[in-house]
Amino acid sequence: MTTANRTLRRKQREPLSDASLLTLIAIGIFVVMYAAAVIFMGGAFQKVQQFLDLFNENAALIIIACALTVVMIGGGINISVGGIIGLTCMACAKFLEYSAPANSTLAVLLTVALALGVGLAFGLFEGFMVSYLEIQPFIVTLAGMFLARGLTTILSVNPVKVTHEGFQALVKTKLQIPWLGYTAKNGNLIPAKLEIGAIIAVAVVAAVWLMLRYTRLGRGIYALGGNRQSALMLGINVKSVCFRGYVISGLLAGLAGLVFLMHKPAANASIAMRSEMDAIAASIIGGTLLTGGVGNVIGTLFGVMILAAIQKIIGLSPLNESWWQDMASGAMLGIFILLQSVILNRRGKGGTKDMQADRG
Amino acid sequence: MDKKKESIWKRMGIGQLAIPLTALALLFLFNLIRDPGFFSVVVNINNSGNPVLGGNLISVINSASELAIISMGMTLVTAACGGQDISVGAVGAISASVFIKLLIGMGNVTAGTLTVATLACIATAVAFMMFNGTLVSVFRIQPMIATLILYSCGRSIAYWITGSATPQVDSPIITAIGMTIPGIPVPTPVFMVILVGVILAVIFKRTNTALYTQSVGINQGAARLNGISPTAVKMLAFGLLGVCVAVASVIATCRMSQVSHKTLLVDIEMDAILAVAIGGNSLGGGKFRMSGSILGAYIITMLTVTLLAMGINSVNIKAYKAVVIIIIVGAGSPVIKNRMILWRNRRSAAAVKGGAAS
Amino acid sequence: MQNDVVLTMRGISKLFPGTKALNNVDFTLRRGEIHALMGENGAGKSTLIKVLTGVYEKDSGSIHIEGIDGEAAIHSPQDAQNAGISTVYQEITLCPNLTVAENMFIGRTEDAVVHWKAYEKKAAAILDSLGIPARPKQELSSCSLAVQQMVAIGRAVDMNCKVLILDEPTSSLDEKEVAMLFRLMRDLKSRGVGIIFVTHFLEQVYEVSDRITVLRNGELVGEYPVAELPQVELVARMMGKSLNDLGDLKKADKSFSAGTENVYEAKGLSSVVRKPFDFRIRKGEVNGFTGLLGSGRSESVRAIFGADRVTGGQVRMNGKEVRITGPHEAMKNGIGYLPEDRKRDGIIAELSVRENIILALQVMRGFFKPMKRSEMEKFADEYIRELNIKTASQNTPVGSLSGGNQQKVILARWLLTHPDYLILDEPTRGIDVGTKLEIQRLVLKLAEENMSVTFISSEIEEMLRTCSRLIVMRDGNTVGELTGDELTQAHVMETIAGGEAQHG
Repeated sequence: MTTANRTLRRKQREPLSDASLLTLIAIGIFVVMYAAAVIFMGGAFQKVQQFLDLFNENAALIIIACALTVVMIGGGINISVGGIIGLTCMACAKFLEYSAPANSTLAVLLTVALALGVGLAFGLFEGFMVSYLEIQPFIVTLAGMFLARGLTTILSVNPVKVTHEGFQALVKTKLQIPWLGYTAKNGNLIPAKLEIGAIIAVAVVAAVWLMLRYTRLGRGIYALGGNRQSALMLGINVKSVCFRGYVISGLLAGLAGLVFLMHKPAANASIAMRSEMDAIAASIIGGTLLTGGVGNVIGTLFGVMILAAIQKIIGLSPLNESWWQDMASGAMLGIFILLQSVILNRRGKGGTKDMQADRG
Repeated sequence: MDKKKESIWKRMGIGQLAIPLTALALLFLFNLIRDPGFFSVVVNINNSGNPVLGGNLISVINSASELAIISMGMTLVTAACGGQDISVGAVGAISASVFIKLLIGMGNVTAGTLTVATLACIATAVAFMMFNGTLVSVFRIQPMIATLILYSCGRSIAYWITGSATPQVDSPIITAIGMTIPGIPVPTPVFMVILVGVILAVIFKRTNTALYTQSVGINQGAARLNGISPTAVKMLAFGLLGVCVAVASVIATCRMSQVSHKTLLVDIEMDAILAVAIGGNSLGGGKFRMSGSILGAYIITMLTVTLLAMGINSVNIKAYKAVVIIIIVGAGSPVIKNRMILWRNRRSAAAVKGGAAS
Repeated sequence: MQNDVVLTMRGISKLFPGTKALNNVDFTLRRGEIHALMGENGAGKSTLIKVLTGVYEKDSGSIHIEGIDGEAAIHSPQDAQNAGISTVYQEITLCPNLTVAENMFIGRTEDAVVHWKAYEKKAAAILDSLGIPARPKQELSSCSLAVQQMVAIGRAVDMNCKVLILDEPTSSLDEKEVAMLFRLMRDLKSRGVGIIFVTHFLEQVYEVSDRITVLRNGELVGEYPVAELPQVELVARMMGKSLNDLGDLKKADKSFSAGTENVYEAKGLSSVVRKPFDFRIRKGEVNGFTGLLGSGRSESVRAIFGADRVTGGQVRMNGKEVRITGPHEAMKNGIGYLPEDRKRDGIIAELSVRENIILALQVMRGFFKPMKRSEMEKFADEYIRELNIKTASQNTPVGSLSGGNQQKVILARWLLTHPDYLILDEPTRGIDVGTKLEIQRLVLKLAEENMSVTFISSEIEEMLRTCSRLIVMRDGNTVGELTGDELTQAHVMETIAGGEAQHG
């Protein structure tokens, strides 16, 4: 027992787990990348607004990346979130344009309800199919994506611009932070601005972090992804946990749609096309494993930040072409995937007989 | 007599194809009731004065070609790795770019230059698929994540190769491949599907691809103890998928006489995975039935054409497709299958009891 | 006396397709005792445990638990837990990605919110009182297997279990860890917990247990206080002598196996899980590795076949030096290997009987030389007939066959390759007596046809009747090599059991 006591005394702080290591690497890379941009590219990057724009412009992506992180930690996948954003945007835009009451507050409240309702409906449906009918999540959410995209174009093939005053007022409401602003050439102080959507996104990150860390559901999701069989033996209702994970991801996707519309109050059929894959990539870069059980939303947030910063840096560099941005993102993703593989294989060492046999 | 009959049924795998066959039959029935004219085949005369077959059925068979070819490769990768490749569309765009770039670079399109370009196209697709295969088999990354890399940047690589948005190539040879060969009224892509199918059939006949792939997919450890290398088998599956993707990209290029890196074979990965699933193959790998996936590809296309024929706007089709997909995969759900078996057992048990009582 | 009993199982039977896993078994557990449940593979230990923990439904019999009126209704692991039965399995059933404290408390409350501080405090108290060397905040995967197991025990103890089942808890622990675990077990015993201890290690049974129940072939052999059952007696009870009356299969004259050439010879062969060892086998010889499960017998033959990563040694086949680093090279050099775990390493469940039979020969012929369908059918038919494999047709998926017939399919697979040297690791495990005899006869017939065979079995009787040389292993080391007159049951058991042999 003495050895045990000694180790207890000596190591008060826990050693870094692999998951936190991956997250820290993501944070580190973002900081280095952004600092390099500020130093070497100067100009726009020296303005705080540029940093805040990472949040303003990617609020919806942050939210669906959180949704994906929740589902992926539970060992599943959801590729319908981008479709749900598209459908929510279109539904809200049409509602606001054609049938919303003139009363601003009521209209906005109904819009919020509509957005969350659409997301919830998809979440309930997909959760049921995956957890209780045991159909592969990829196929279920693929069908969900088709359904959402199809319904979007059924609502309207043509772009719908939102002109409703109540909603426009919401869009224009921005949090102004004068002390982070800068002085323009003509001597006027231009304050830094943070959009409501960005604030919602940060709030979502915080809420999901709390949910994953401090609620029975959140811990159940980790247990489910860690080892489904063990989770069952430990007395967790795995079907219900899995179901609720999908419901949350659907709800968040609906919310992301609303945020998307608030950033750019116009809906069209191709909104957020393929954004589910960006969300998956962001989660992976942030340290979430597709195999489940490992990940956290702080890492995911930085995953989005890395992808967004790459776009911005290349956008402001001489290489300003979209294919450079994609290739840089792809390369970054590749590096992180390989890194994860190496770390995981290292962890596998000293494992069971059949793992060793497998490797031999 | 009875025994013989059963073995033929089993050999053809009709049992496992029950759901996709039923789906196809229902689609036929639906169209028959809705509008028997759906099945009419007409002979049109095209611009150059040659007879060409037309009609909904021909349209199904023609436009399903790329999907059917890629589904065949996807089936193999799914069987061997227990996961899917989502980069087939992007890799197709890359190989198509190589194809058209070479064709344009070599000037006149002749049989010779076409062969060179096609071979280069196949080599490119195989090389990129080998990249995926290495990540999956050596680094043990889940196929979907491994192929996410090329999914997200493949089309940009394609653009980087062509250097312009939509390079075009104009030649009767290209039209002959993408549309019809003068004098033959059946669209050429249909023959390409048959060609790929025959090549794969020969490969299956002449090598142990099917046996090895299924063994690795079902029980990797046991396969290894029988001297099969799981890594090699997975690489082979990705390599063959590469060939399929290359052929599909050539067809798609020739159809349009151009390569648009953004839209060429776009979203085909999703349809191909669906085709595999609808064909009754498990997405978890193992035993597979190529015919099921091909059937799946035609069901998806038939569904699309049916919806179009019903006057549904082409952009809205996805929603209706989703509903049908949910019904088909729902019918194959393990939970529902078990319920059915339980129900059947209970019924037969009750019957036995009833018999004993009387 | 009656008050002392916490668990009574009476007349438990459980039927699986093809085998009777449990036949009318009784089991009694008293408060504050460590009760060893012993038996070789297929004896029914794990089935009995699974019935008790609600993983399987029993076909007949009754279970009574102290404090519960009438028959205890156990239909799921959850029911068992509620009734005060906790199980710690050989494979850890905790979540590796959660912390130690969390693994102790997750799934036990209806609270929506996790009280980390409270959990960690309580967990620290439990860890401390049980002397488990783990920190509450530590991620479980960073603990050694022993500690993980102890954490699982800690969880069970905190749930006020009356019955604690330890299923092979020591099989992956080293000596120090085992000692740690035993201290914990004795501590729990003094608190009045009844412990069912399942293990294959005899010394350990005698070190901690109070009472032993022996099962064999799904039937109860008996319940004994530990002091009344010497080690050699225990081995005898476990192995059984029921096959004695079937007589000696081997010819009285063993000269047929006395070819002189070494077919296979290894010096200093080692793998990632097997210490270096020397081994040879002559043409037409049948030898065996014996020892209890976990003694290293399977690891030895896996090293010969290259199934685990080979780390060193020189190998000669028929006098020529060869390099065998993987199954494919072993096969090319004429070695066949029937693995111990049929389900995990042997059958390709969803493939047909035919495909499973021809698999190895097909691989040896090469990727580009597939057999003709007619040839496959001929081979399959031939071996289905020869080995008397009971299957509806050759198209039947092998997974739907009974255990014995699956084993015959794999046997057929290797016989079809006509190996010089065939390794059979537990070919008779979990199959019925008739099939066992068939397999033993076959082994002798093969030896007469000049094939060399290594035969491993948990039943000593079987090995005595087939092998002319036995290599005895204990705890990963070779502890003896028996031939000729030494091949008696008593002698083998003495060598396996080690130390206290004189009682035999």
